[in-house]
Amino acid sequence: MKLDYKHLQADLAGVGYIADDALAMALALAIALKRPLLLEGEAGVGKTDVAKALAAALGTRLIRLQCYEGLDANATLYEWNYQRQLLAIRAHEREGLSGDEVERHIFSADYLLRRPLLDAISQPTSPVLLIDEIDRADEEFEAFLLEILSDFQVTIPELGTIAAQSIPHVVLTSNGTRALSDALRRRCLYSYLDFPDEAKELAILRARLPGIEHRLAEQIVRFVQLLRREALEKKPGIAETLDWASALTGLDFRSLADDPEALQASLICLLKTEADLKSVPAEVTARLVGKVA
Amino acid sequence: MSPAPAPLAASGPVVRLRGFMAHLRLNGFTVGPGETEAALSFLAAGDLDDAAASRLALKTMLSGDRGQWERFDALFDAYWYGSGIKRARPLEAKGGARSAAQRPEIWSKALPPETRGDAAGPMGRPGSEAADDRLPEGTGRLVASQQEALQRTDLRLLASAEEAAEAERLAERLARALRYRLSRRRLPARRGDVVDLRHSIRRNLSKGGEPLELLHKRRPEHPVNLVLLLDVSGSMKLYSRYLISFVRGLLGSSVRAEAFVFHTRLVQISDVLRERDRLRAMDRLSLMVEGFGGGTRIAGALKQFNERYARETLNSRSVVIIMSDGYDTDPPAALEAELAALKRRARRLIWLNPLLGWRDYAPVARAMAAALPYIDCFATAHSLASLAALETELRRV
Repeated sequence: MKLDYKHLQADLAGVGYIADDALAMALALAIALKRPLLLEGEAGVGKTDVAKALAAALGTRLIRLQCYEGLDANATLYEWNYQRQLLAIRAHEREGLSGDEVERHIFSADYLLRRPLLDAISQPTSPVLLIDEIDRADEEFEAFLLEILSDFQVTIPELGTIAAQSIPHVVLTSNGTRALSDALRRRCLYSYLDFPDEAKELAILRARLPGIEHRLAEQIVRFVQLLRREALEKKPGIAETLDWASALTGLDFRSLADDPEALQASLICLLKTEADLKSVPAEVTARLVGKVA
Repeated sequence: MSPAPAPLAASGPVVRLRGFMAHLRLNGFTVGPGETEAALSFLAAGDLDDAAASRLALKTMLSGDRGQWERFDALFDAYWYGSGIKRARPLEAKGGARSAAQRPEIWSKALPPETRGDAAGPMGRPGSEAADDRLPEGTGRLVASQQEALQRTDLRLLASAEEAAEAERLAERLARALRYRLSRRRLPARRGDVVDLRHSIRRNLSKGGEPLELLHKRRPEHPVNLVLLLDVSGSMKLYSRYLISFVRGLLGSSVRAEAFVFHTRLVQISDVLRERDRLRAMDRLSLMVEGFGGGTRIAGALKQFNERYARETLNSRSVVIIMSDGYDTDPPAALEAELAALKRRARRLIWLNPLLGWRDYAPVARAMAAALPYIDCFATAHSLASLAALETELRRV
């Protein structure tokens, strides 16, 4: 087995996701070792998109589990379709079936609602399972998740144990709003995603907005890179750069120096808090434009 | 086959790799035999053709958080290429068992030696002469009654080593009791807002599946989230040993809590305090605060907290408890700004000031005066009873 992360990198690029060596290696390792990959990084560096791109590159399904506070096992594994079961009980009463038969019937797979985790392990080919923002879920859920991620099997009392048909490729993301447990960290491979450097961001911009003019693209990327060095509450991510770039092309900009007023107004694509908008007044914008244009 | 080119003094890749693991462990990585085996079997398979790829693979496999991710490259170079220092002591010194003889005096700078009988009152601060036991509102009903006397005594007046040790233990037990009451482990679901279909169906199987009896479920109320910031500067030395025991008791599995100490810098101590063995915990703690300079930079420490830790530790249910006497060498304006930032992220801000228990104390220290507008609760922490009274405050989230 040759660990061909360059190949994977090329595949990802083929579906429009530019991954650096570290990330490509992390993904290749996760696939080869069949271990979950924990991705951390600032909001907006493309953590969630990694999983989407991976699914596209591997040609498999993406199953997504968005975490939130209070998420529990029922919402992630399975639930019985109670309404349907009640109806079935009523219907079978008329037919005069015995209690045992009814019970066997209503606790069959037909009445099972599959939630993402159960769904992910019952696919014939390995899907990509994205567990997004794991830090938003409670610690109890984290412990439960550990169990699933090590065994890849689920026990349903009425049906028995369901073992995984294929081991999914698991990608977990975290924004660092809560410290994750050591147990989870040890179970996972780890990779930290930073904001992209200039070359990478330019490549992403080109891949996503093929029509953009070369000079404008360069200016946009350099401007955003400089902006990230300012003292901001919320630094603009890649999604913001892309938004801004499409806004500027929509406004028929050829160069950032074209229309200072429109440019200042368009900064709302990049800066998402009031304090940040105030901290980048027209003078600062002009200074930054002066550096990049 | 070898994991990296030209290892120094190689006596076989296995030994070298094991050495590398030890090197990582020394620098605070949590890697065990499992990781060694995985790394070894992976490298032995010969999947990787160059050092850069091996490095990336090991980095992915062995680091566990952002700090380790960022340090890995330097450690890798130091070990395999012999550049830099081989044993950089990490900020969070893990383990490091020392013999009792070498063990540095815990809080040697911050605390008077335990045996000193006159630890009581030679501080020469205004109002320090009286054993004032003014109790704040609320009684310390968590503390067993035979220790009543000890509870009410100002901690700085405890003279004998036994009394001091007893007070430390009490402080920790008190905090544990507090923690248990805050955690709300079991909640009745009698009058929940949602019908628990799963259990209702089960329960009603005996009634022919007719849903006669409905069971309800309720989302459990979330316990508070505590963030504790303890001042261990010289001026706090008479109290910090008890407060640190108190903080240690509050940390545990049932309540979310993070603890930090500050002086001139801020250091996260949650992991260290969660150490089971009390002595070892204190030992590691003293290692971590080693080399703290003189003076107190409250504003600086809070700034460090706001920038580095606030995002992951604070949420809308966070209660931040600052334990400090408010003697700050930073300008009051700086403290004001940092407290304002802190207040924006946290639900409640509690400031425990041991001096408040002194009879004639008024918060005249400039920092303290600047801080007051941002504080939801300004209370004393000079006796165990005053710590027990915190419970009511913590409940009001």
